[in-house]
Amino acid sequence: MNRPKPAWTDERVEAIVGHLLRVGVLTAAGVVLFGAAVYLVRHGGGSPDYGVFRGEPEELRSLSGIIGSVLSFRGRGLIQLGLVLLIATPVARVAFCVFAFARERDWLYVVVTLIVLSALLFSLTGS
Amino acid sequence: MLHSLNIAEFTGLVWVVSLVAGFLGSLTGLGGGVVIIPVLSLVFGVDIRYAIGASLVSVIATSSGAAAAYVRQGFTNIRIGMFLEIATTIGALAGASVAAIMPATAIAVIFGLVLIHSAYLSSRGRQEQTGEQVPDALATRLKMNGTYPTPRGPQQYHVRRVPAGFVLMLVAGALSGLLGIGSGAVKVLAMDQVMRIPFKVSTTTSNFMIGVTAAASAGVYLRCGYIDPGLAMPVMLGVLAGSLIGARVLVGARTRVLRVVFGLVILLLGIEMIYNGLTGRI
Repeated sequence: MNRPKPAWTDERVEAIVGHLLRVGVLTAAGVVLFGAAVYLVRHGGGSPDYGVFRGEPEELRSLSGIIGSVLSFRGRGLIQLGLVLLIATPVARVAFCVFAFARERDWLYVVVTLIVLSALLFSLTGS
Repeated sequence: MLHSLNIAEFTGLVWVVSLVAGFLGSLTGLGGGVVIIPVLSLVFGVDIRYAIGASLVSVIATSSGAAAAYVRQGFTNIRIGMFLEIATTIGALAGASVAAIMPATAIAVIFGLVLIHSAYLSSRGRQEQTGEQVPDALATRLKMNGTYPTPRGPQQYHVRRVPAGFVLMLVAGALSGLLGIGSGAVKVLAMDQVMRIPFKVSTTTSNFMIGVTAAASAGVYLRCGYIDPGLAMPVMLGVLAGSLIGARVLVGARTRVLRVVFGLVILLLGIEMIYNGLTGRI
């Protein structure tokens, strides 16, 4: 005999969304903090240089570059990975809402949420 | 003085300033970005594009952190939020793309004008919307009407003027993408004043939307090289910690005097941003 599964109500979706956001932010903050320790131990004595905008180097602008930087255990790469996790948190929330609205059979809002998700993916991938 | 700091001292000082900005931004409801960008730019001499990138990242952190708590309390209307996020994400993409080609001096002037407007909204406080709420056909079709918890049980509300609210959300998104702020003030204006959504539902739903709006700009910023890890790290960690402390204090706090003082500070920062933008010192 199967126990009845909890229904996909708005309340349950809200509870899961709240949990997802919290875990995402805490994980991102943890990775940033770890990267900060590595960065400050190695470069804390240097001079900050933000007066003139030069833009970040290529390895800190794209996901593949950031992963490469993390694998070489660079502090700035680790921080950037945490920031990417942070940016991904609301995207994951929207992706979950597509799934949740589909389970509620609310097709109008499945379409609404897919439009938002594609705008986000367009921004992140640039295509 | 600030030019002789090394990276460790600079990081520590930016963290403390971000903590205070996040704390005050949370108490007044204006967010940390409106303070941290002018302070980084005017006091620390940081290029405004690096300041905008760091602020935007902190906006995602505070929005998601606070939304986690609000969503569970049942005030946030996820459907209203999702629908209006179509407008804010498209607006944010447009705003962030314009920011990439706009001169820094022009961004500084627009930022100053937004600061002055925020100071005005902050000093004015808010008028409670009352009166008979008639169901609106479009809002009903979009299933936006809902309830929120009160001490006397769930209170029903109806949503009005969806198209006007949608257009204002495009503006809110564009400002967020252009300036790296959450633009919560414009979002609340759209929902509270235009769509006649109850204030508590408006503010929590606005906060819920800010993270998604900012994530839409963040992709563009990251590819354009605006997000510097060394600067974004203390700003994000400081603003997040400050806003979480602010949210704890907010319960039962008297914020009237604070709003006036904060409004004056923002007004002065706004005037200085415009002056520096017009004289080309940004």
